[in-house]
Amino acid sequence: MSTALHNLVNQPYKHGFVTDIESEVVPKGLNEDIIRLISMKKEEPEWLLEFRLSAYRHWLTLEEPTWANVSYPKIDFQEIIYFSQPKPKKQLASMDEVDPELRRTFEKLGVPLHEQKLMSGVAVDVIFDSVSVTTTYKAKLAEIGIIFCSFSEAVKEHPELVKQYLGSVVPTGDNYYAALNSAVFTDGSFCFIPKGTKCPMDLSTYFRINTEGSGQFERTLIIAEEGASVSYLEGCTAPQFDTNQLHAAVVELVALDNADIKYSTVQNWYAGDENGKGGIYNFVTKRGLCKGVNSKISWTQVETGSAITWKYPSCVLLGDNSIGEFYSVALTNHLQQADTGTKMIHVGKNTRSKIISKGISAGRSSNCYRGQVKVGGRAAGARNYSQCDSMLIGDRCEASTFPTIDVQNTSAQVEHEASTSKIGEDQMFFFAQRGIDSEEAISMIINGFCKDVFVHLPMEFAVEATKLLGLKLEGSVG
Amino acid sequence: MINKDSRIVLEVKNLKAVVAGVEILKGVDLTVRAGEVHAIMGVNGSGKSTLSKVLAGHPDYTVTGGTAMFEGKDLFTLEPEERARAGLFLAFQYPVEIPGVSNSALLRLAYNTLQNERGLEELDPLEFDDLVQEKIKVVEMDPSFLNRSVNEGFSGGEKKRNEILQMAILEPKLAILDETDSGLDIDALRIVANGVNSLLSPDNAVVMVTHYQRLLNYIVPDFVHVMSAGRIVKTGGKELALELEARGYDWLKEAA
Repeated sequence: MSTALHNLVNQPYKHGFVTDIESEVVPKGLNEDIIRLISMKKEEPEWLLEFRLSAYRHWLTLEEPTWANVSYPKIDFQEIIYFSQPKPKKQLASMDEVDPELRRTFEKLGVPLHEQKLMSGVAVDVIFDSVSVTTTYKAKLAEIGIIFCSFSEAVKEHPELVKQYLGSVVPTGDNYYAALNSAVFTDGSFCFIPKGTKCPMDLSTYFRINTEGSGQFERTLIIAEEGASVSYLEGCTAPQFDTNQLHAAVVELVALDNADIKYSTVQNWYAGDENGKGGIYNFVTKRGLCKGVNSKISWTQVETGSAITWKYPSCVLLGDNSIGEFYSVALTNHLQQADTGTKMIHVGKNTRSKIISKGISAGRSSNCYRGQVKVGGRAAGARNYSQCDSMLIGDRCEASTFPTIDVQNTSAQVEHEASTSKIGEDQMFFFAQRGIDSEEAISMIINGFCKDVFVHLPMEFAVEATKLLGLKLEGSVG
Repeated sequence: MINKDSRIVLEVKNLKAVVAGVEILKGVDLTVRAGEVHAIMGVNGSGKSTLSKVLAGHPDYTVTGGTAMFEGKDLFTLEPEERARAGLFLAFQYPVEIPGVSNSALLRLAYNTLQNERGLEELDPLEFDDLVQEKIKVVEMDPSFLNRSVNEGFSGGEKKRNEILQMAILEPKLAILDETDSGLDIDALRIVANGVNSLLSPDNAVVMVTHYQRLLNYIVPDFVHVMSAGRIVKTGGKELALELEARGYDWLKEAA
């Protein structure tokens, strides 16, 4: 392996610092008392505690899934801290009240929190460990009826909305990790766009796990009423610890008639070191329900972090003429494992879906696309186009594709294309021989390979994603 | 075109190199002056392709002895990309495919990198397109090739023509053609040869590595060198190639 290439792919993780901040944690382990304690600390209504407990009881009956193309030692769920929050716990009215140490953390991460940065035009909700620290722009958005706040706040202030939609897309018993999340989720973002309203700015949530040994179980719920539209961004980082940390989030999106939700993620959880020590287990359930006619949900994800990623942002296309999209770049290096893809469930007539998946594997990593396209009996005229491309960098990594197509309506049209390519020493030597250094070569290859996905990211995210992939791949070829 | 007074582009002395622990080059001497065309011939395994890769700086090869001066610089102190920027071009025997990177994007990046190196203005995509549309005529390629991924799905002949297009854009001081003629039909061979001939000037030089005399009908060499067992064992004019065609290489092994 050439040294330049090696260095290029193996850049250190720059978000690996720990913020020295006092945290309040509940004892580790999971039982009904812990769940009651979390619910009590969050001053939740009785129905939500019941929601949690029924999810927990259901979870106890479930088996940990083993079908994904990933391997890891059995997780001891009693060793995890299920709730951790920065002290003090009082309600914060403005950024000035936020712990300066915490503010410095977010400055380091480049998260725009300050009032002066409000001009950047992004409303941000920040989740530090399990608790939402601050939501910017809230008042302005409220003027036009948009609710954008932490999940806990939504439970207190808009219980009827939460009650109506929570679990309506991902039921508590949906799968092992969704059930676990439903039992112990701590905070997350809530976003409600009322009828006929186009959200005037991108909404963004920034997730940060800080405490060692804690899990992060956030819950995000986005509702776009008739004719509403919103673009939502999510970013994630975590410090470097030698132990693995569990992140099991649930995201639910609901789009009513003619509504449009665009959800973009740049996931850069700590991935573990080059020998696979430490890193986040990212076991996430994300699903959108195109409930109304002509509704549209679009997922764009750039997955670069986490030791293990298990994630299938999906769309249920219930409304006639509704549209589901999934654009994904998943990059794995060193000993990272990713099993990611999507499900497009066509129920309504003339529903359309599009899947563009780009997997990049380097080092000794394993990268797997898993997808399902299902066309139900009533989904006359349904159409799907899927394209899954894999790129191997070096010769010790692995890429797999597991597409499933299930069509029960003869008028449906389903297309699937796949390709695999390899970038090795010979390609890098070719670039060098044309005078192009390895950083530029890698960035050119990656941008070329991922451009069909990057064009769907909001501008700042696209720039960040390009840089991030370059950093992640430093030194990986050969 | 031989001119004893022209500048020395490349001077290789007693070059030795190993790959995977095996010594392939065992003391190569070669001097190339501006304006000259050299052909390096020899049987498989004689070290011809190794010589071109070593000069370009392929990471699999290790230089164990000797020197190489290129345009007055010690070649072996330069990284492969620095050698390229100094004007050394290798047309690959097996051009690689670069998925996802368009031919035009690659050409423009390579060209602008060189422009920077030479202290000249970079060209924007539109200006560059004018240049490339002109150069692409030299290799008789359809402009649609520019928008395709580098070499992806190209036929063998198209890949070789694409190498020559890159050469035409980059205008190197020294072009090394590593068996560019292998696998070409007669039309492609003529096109490639036209490309090379149109590049030739009193200011640059070409080294062709080839098995066959056939290419030399189209690109007439000033010198023909025969390699055997890691050395240049005989050097002559273009008539040496004809003699090799007639007599084979065996008689030279004895001479070595």
